[in-house]
Amino acid sequence: MANLSYRDAVSAAIAQEMARDNRVVLLGEDVAAAGGVFKATVGLFEQFGPTRVRDTPISELAILGAAMGAAMTGLRPVVEIMFSDFLACCWDYVANEIPKTRYMTNGQQTLPLVIRTANGGGVRFGAQHSQSVENWAMAIPGLKVVAPSCASDAKGLLAAAIRDPDPVLFFEHKALYSTKEDVPDGEHVEPLGRARVLKRGKDATIAALAAMVPRAVEAATLLERDYAISTSVIDLRCLVPLDMTTVTADVRRTGRLFTVEENPRLCGWGAEVASLVMEECFFDLEQPVIRITSPHIPLPAADQLEDAVLPSVQKIVDTVSRAMAPAHRAA
Amino acid sequence: MRAASPLNTPSASHEETACAGPDANERFNTSALYESMVRLRLCEKRCHDLFLENLVKGTSHLALGQEAIAAGFAGSMRPDDYTFCTYRGHHHTLARGASMKSVLGELMGRECGLLGGKGGSMHLTSVQHGVMGSYAIVGAHLPIAVGAAWSAQYRGTGQVAVAFFGDGTTNIGAFHEALNLAAVWKLPVVFVCENNLYMEYTAIRDVTAVANPAADRASAYGLKRRLVDGNDVEAVATIAAEALAEARSGAGPALIECLTYRHGGHSRADPAKYRPAAEVQAWLLRDPLVLYRQRLLDRGIEESALQSIDAAAAHEVEVASEEARSSPAAAVELAFRDLWADGSIEWRT
Repeated sequence: MANLSYRDAVSAAIAQEMARDNRVVLLGEDVAAAGGVFKATVGLFEQFGPTRVRDTPISELAILGAAMGAAMTGLRPVVEIMFSDFLACCWDYVANEIPKTRYMTNGQQTLPLVIRTANGGGVRFGAQHSQSVENWAMAIPGLKVVAPSCASDAKGLLAAAIRDPDPVLFFEHKALYSTKEDVPDGEHVEPLGRARVLKRGKDATIAALAAMVPRAVEAATLLERDYAISTSVIDLRCLVPLDMTTVTADVRRTGRLFTVEENPRLCGWGAEVASLVMEECFFDLEQPVIRITSPHIPLPAADQLEDAVLPSVQKIVDTVSRAMAPAHRAA
Repeated sequence: MRAASPLNTPSASHEETACAGPDANERFNTSALYESMVRLRLCEKRCHDLFLENLVKGTSHLALGQEAIAAGFAGSMRPDDYTFCTYRGHHHTLARGASMKSVLGELMGRECGLLGGKGGSMHLTSVQHGVMGSYAIVGAHLPIAVGAAWSAQYRGTGQVAVAFFGDGTTNIGAFHEALNLAAVWKLPVVFVCENNLYMEYTAIRDVTAVANPAADRASAYGLKRRLVDGNDVEAVATIAAEALAEARSGAGPALIECLTYRHGGHSRADPAKYRPAAEVQAWLLRDPLVLYRQRLLDRGIEESALQSIDAAAAHEVEVASEEARSSPAAAVELAFRDLWADGSIEWRT
């Protein structure tokens, strides 16, 4: 086991896959000698050289277009879009080109590529460098959507994404880059499409993603300590493929589901998860599914303003405890 | 009616025409170039007829009048070179060798269609013929061609990617990003602007800062200015061979503007009434097929030889059209397949 930061785990995954497969190439803005603005590609340029690790101009259309053309002709490109907000600059490729190619060509072409991007708030960058846009991607048929919550998964899931034959949008969370944990030595690959149950409880299920996962875990501890509410915490890890098997199995046991989503309220992933739980576990539910999200607003920049709108540990604790108060009274 | 400007008259299109000297019959595979253009012309006409019979649904963008560009390039490309084209891409797909049956079948949603009916007219793709897709979002395929060229450079295969696009594409951001990156990385990609003078329903000169939307911008990327008569198939073949050889040798990308004219509207919905009649007449006199036929006759090719090419192409269209028509409709099951590489459309467990 090596104690790695989330950002070092990202570069370790890319290095692992580049060493294994010379079709894997990396491109993006400042990813080469500079090691990325988030330092998530440090050392790759030195290890693999300028033909495999390439800086691009500030040209998001060209970056994703080039990745697509390379993927359809035998390479396995990994590209970085510096901030996920910038996906809007190249949305044609994200929404129209990359995900539709295999389907439209009736399987003539497949696109094994990974779009890595720094997603999410909590770092005071303001409304155009802080969004959680995984829902944008989830709405598009043909993209796999991955968002790790810890260093170990950053390595294992990214490795799996690079090996995957389909296009993967890989959301790295800015607020998690400096978090550290033990990451397995040697080859580490975590299959896509499997949620992880971090804690098993009996009263409620909390499903979370990326930076909301550590908050949900902390909230679960407080709920247990202060309210004697025992919750499961599920890290979804991937939105597509979505591991509903794990979610519904736990909800059937606890009878309650809370989602914790960093995204603005409308059409968040939790809405889809809630809808599926209603369809498939309705008679197991003790109460309505409750979504904990950011308000439906752009993210503000200042410390106290951003903290006030992102789902906090306290907000999770308050929402769950209040929602379950009647149940406890009844009991 | 708007007076025809110099840009919109055919005479402006002779800037760098290749000379057809006495040895031209040896320098060019003349019968192949002529045959290719006849096939494209007749197949496109058949597409139009099939619309009128309501057998082709949706929309379609015919390349009638622009055949010399497809024939000239395809004749100069290596079989493993890549073609990237636009929604006006039937001619390029056919020119690279996809069968008429597979193209017409796709337009009619038949099982024999290139894409099993899942793509339609605007997305013709035939990887086995190097046709890496027809792209319906203006400009999208230029960066994609850059990526294919980067891949060819990385793999050291000597392949060249060729991206065909219209004059309107030169005003979209992807054009700039693709040209710049291709030039910076010296990639083996040839960008071919088919300037038919109109971006959809608007004259390109009315919405563009320079007279020649592609050629006048080449210097911005450190590239040579290349403007050619896109209705002269030998001129196109000549400049194509030159640019392809340069790209293959590692000299980097080329940007070529081919002046041409579409005989019909932008799409089947467009009667093209915005074009001055005199301009249309002048360009119809410069129909690339008529011009080339006359040139070959002037060079001593027998009329009967050309007639037999015409007849063979007409027969091929007839047979392909009948076979496509009688092919079963694409299976409904196809709609529920092949989103992912494993063939499935599943998004959850």
